[in-house]
Parts: sequence; C-alpha cells; structure tokens
Amino acid sequence: MKILAIDTSTYTLSIGLSDGDVILAEQVTNVKKNHSIRVMPAIEALMSEVDMKPGDLNKIVVANGPGSYTGVRIGVTIAKTLAWTLHIPITAVSGLASLAASAPLIEGLVCPMFDARRGQVFTGLYRLSNGLLKSVKEDQNVPVVDWCQELLKIGEPVLFVGQESIMHEQVIAEIMGSAAAFAGKSVPYTRPAALLSLASGMEQDPSQVVPNYARLAEAEANWLKANEKKEKSDE
Amino acid sequence: MMKKDIFIFGIETSCDETAAAVIKNGTDIIANVVSSQIESHKRFGGVVPEIASRHHVEQIIAVFEETLERAGLTFQDMDAIAVTKGPGLVGALLVGVNAAKAIAFAHDLPLIGVHHIAGHIYANRLVQEMSFPLMSLVVSGGHTELVYMKEHGSFEVIGETRDDAAGEAYDKVARTLSLPYPGGPHIDRLAAEGQDTYSLPRIRLEEGSYDFSFSGLKSAVINTVHNAEQRGEEINPENLAASFQASVVDVLTEKTVRAAKEYDVKQVLLAGGVAANKGLRASLENAFGEIENIDIMIPPISLCTDNAAMIAAAGTILFEQGKRDGLDMNGHPGLDIEEF
Ligand SMILES: [Zn+2]
Repeated sequence: MKILAIDTSTYTLSIGLSDGDVILAEQVTNVKKNHSIRVMPAIEALMSEVDMKPGDLNKIVVANGPGSYTGVRIGVTIAKTLAWTLHIPITAVSGLASLAASAPLIEGLVCPMFDARRGQVFTGLYRLSNGLLKSVKEDQNVPVVDWCQELLKIGEPVLFVGQESIMHEQVIAEIMGSAAAFAGKSVPYTRPAALLSLASGMEQDPSQVVPNYARLAEAEANWLKANEKKEKSDE
Repeated sequence: MMKKDIFIFGIETSCDETAAAVIKNGTDIIANVVSSQIESHKRFGGVVPEIASRHHVEQIIAVFEETLERAGLTFQDMDAIAVTKGPGLVGALLVGVNAAKAIAFAHDLPLIGVHHIAGHIYANRLVQEMSFPLMSLVVSGGHTELVYMKEHGSFEVIGETRDDAAGEAYDKVARTLSLPYPGGPHIDRLAAEGQDTYSLPRIRLEEGSYDFSFSGLKSAVINTVHNAEQRGEEINPENLAASFQASVVDVLTEKTVRAAKEYDVKQVLLAGGVAANKGLRASLENAFGEIENIDIMIPPISLCTDNAAMIAAAGTILFEQGKRDGLDMNGHPGLDIEEF
C-alpha cells in the first residue's frame, strides 16, 4: 500500500510518501512561496527520489482545510484529480487534525491553531489517547478570546500546537493561565508522517472531495447579512 | 503513411465556467462540456472571484468525467493536456492549472498553457479553416481588441480598449436600465425592438487609431437617464438600448473594416462572449458582405462564450509547434497575448 500525502493549507508545504508501515519520504518547506508553482514539481521530485511512479500509488490523503483558501484549493485540486485519474481512493482529513496528530505522544487535549487574521483563528479541539486522535470540538473559525473561554470551562489542560499559535500565546495564557501549555516551535506545522497516519480514515469519491473553508466567502456573508436585515425590516 | 490523429484534452476555468473538451486535429469537437455558474453569481450582480474558485474545485471532476464519457476516450488516447493559464481570475485559473498538471503528471502527457483570448480566436477553427493573414475582433466582458495574425500562433494587438471593455459597458448600461445581470443579452434583445433615437456619441479617438474607448459612451447613457429623470420625462428603454448598441456596433464595425483593409487580410474573425450579440453579428456580416476577397467568420454562439473546446483547439497548434509548459506552470491573471 503506497500512499501520497499532501498538505498545502497554510504556507507550509508538506508532502509525504509511505509504503505499508514505512514512511519512505517526507518533505516540508516552511517559506512563504507560491504553492501553485511548487507543489507538483515537489511531488514529482520526491516520488522520483524513492523510485515511485504515479501508477504505483494506491491512495492519496489530503488536508482539505481550513486554512488559506487558495492553498487549500491547490492541494485538494491536485489530490482529487490524481486520485480520480489514477482510479485510487482518497481520504480528506482536517489540516488541523493532522497538525494535532503531529504533537508528541501525550495523553490529553491538543489544540491545533492557524491564524485567521483580525484576532480570529481556525482551530479545533482533539484528544490524543493511546496514540489515537479523536475530535472533541469541531474545526471552526472563531475569535481566539471566545475560544479560550470555551476551553477554560472544560477544566483540563490543553496543549497548543502550530507555529501560528505562537502569535496568540499571550492572549491564551492570560485567559487560561496554567491550563494552557505551548508546544510552540517544537510542533510548528503538520508533519507528513502525521498526515499519513490519518490515511486510514473514511474514503471518499474523488469528485465529492471539497475544501472545508470553515468560513463563508466574504461576498456570501455580506449578502446573507443584508438579506437578514431586509427580512427584519419587511416584518 | 497516414498522419496520426492528434487528440488534445482542454481545460478552461478562467472565470465562471468550468469546462473541459476533447478536440481532434485542432478542428473536430469530440466532446465539449461546460458547467456554468452564472446562476450562483446573479444575486451578487457580477462574478465573485472567491465563489467562482469554490465552484470550480467542486465541479471539476464531474466535468472531466462527463467529457471523457462523451468522447468515449481515456487519457491514454490523448496527446497532450491544454489549459487556460491566463488571463482571468487568479484563484479560478489555479484550479484548472493544477488539475491539468495532476493529469499530465499521472499520465506522463505534455502540458500546454493557453492564452484565453487565443482560445476565443481559435474557436473559429472548429467551424472553418483559418486563412492568413487574418484580423480578429475580440469582444468580451474583459476585452475589446483587434488582433492581427500573420500565421498560426502569432498574435499582434493593433488596437485595444483604453478604458472599459465593450462587455463591461454593456453590463453597466444594463444596470442603469435596471436590467438583471448579465446585461448584454438583455440590451441586445431590447435593442432589436427599439430605434436609434438618442443620438449618442461615436467615440473614435484620434485619426487612424484602432484603439477603443467606451467609458464616454457609458457616461452619455447614464447622463441621458439622469437628465430625463430631472425633467420628469420617461426613458424609452428599447430606444436607449438600440441607441447604445448602435454606437458600440458602429465603432467596432468601422474600425474592423478599416483594419482588415489596411492589413490586407483574407479573413476576419469575431471572437469572445460579445460575439453572441445579434446586432454586432448582423452589422459585421453586412459590412463584409459588400467587400470582396475578405471572408467574415462568426462562430456559433455556443463557441463564443467561454468553453474548453477553443482552448484545446489553440492548444493543438501550440502542440504542433512544440510549445510545452512544465509542472511549475502558474496561473497568470494578466497574461499578454503577444508574449505567452
Ligand atoms: Zn472569455
């Protein structure tokens, strides 16, 4: 069973290849460069490095968001097109889940986090137990302050992971105090091996795989708001 | 020995149509599938780039699947993958470009990036062979250009709009007349029922120029409506639409005829979404009907609007010329036709 893993949902580019239980290759670059130019050449180079041809692949696993809209779309488009045209199954997993799975083997709550600007984050809550990951609170787009207050109510320590959680550390620590621990730079991004470890998840029809943006397009949100107002004034 | 047939799989996602096609030898449509998003953009009064990109990634595999099914072929039968690499909405372009790269990689096929306007021009080759030199009038929501071609794959822009594209002016005038988006077809329909009574200006710019300008005309329409309102007079929408259309069509026809004569071309091609406009088609057919030795070619309406058949048709010429793109190909929102 040869699997290709792709995550381009943030500016980090993560690609991995596994064969059975062996992680054959991992490639991560953590620079703000154009995914559209780099992803396919990176996949081609990594596969050629381990003497793998497209036809050898048995499965694709892709992070389908949340994250950068364009980044997510590039990864998902490549993954679903490859899976469809190679007639192999695809599993789409949360980019936040794969970041949580990149945490060290602990027992307890893990909170992966991507920055979403203006005090907002893309985040979710996961429980790591016996090396298995379980979703506790679903992925969402939320003000970091609201999110921390919600986590505080659980009354359990939470490990924050991901390089973009670092910029919110102060706010998180102020609200959660000793209930918050930070992996910071030791778990900066999704490790391809962690994404590969989630490949046993539900298989989907490639044509049905879509990004999870966790947020409406701005035009759509504005339109809904305007129509809500209109309905209210019509009443 | 018989020449082997060339099959090109084309992909187009530069705006609000998700499209794929298979073309044989650059001239025969084997399959041509277009999934339009127009309904979901209507409520916004125009194409919203982020929403267009979202639809493309949702629809693309279904469009590919239907294309291969209708063609009765697989990627093993293809000689290359051609895809629009620009100009267009960058997020939308990137879906098609990355899907094309994935297919090219999976099946070890050549990858060919195509200029969207070159595609519109080559739509004509799906109807009748092109003969050179030729002049193409490209009119769409984003473009108004006169493109001279001395041979296949060679494009020289001899005139272009200095402000609004013709299609943009149509949409803005339609909005002024409270017509729904997209406004072009509504203006065309109203114009057919009205008379050119409002004596709107013909903006021809300086002597000898092949450039266009439509923003002054658009303002003239808005002022006409505004002045009528202030005087408490009723506007006749049919007549105003007819007057606006007459001005656009007069200028387009006059410049195209002059360019065709000066460049001594054998053929004139109409290309782009506004080529669906009945007033423009009739005027060009009329004008060139009276000129000997210059053929006018106007593709059927289904090939005027965005589609992937035209991209595969243009891609076939590039394929034959040995042009190739790498897996590092990007989407180029402002791609120049003379340099692509
Ligand atoms: Zn177009």
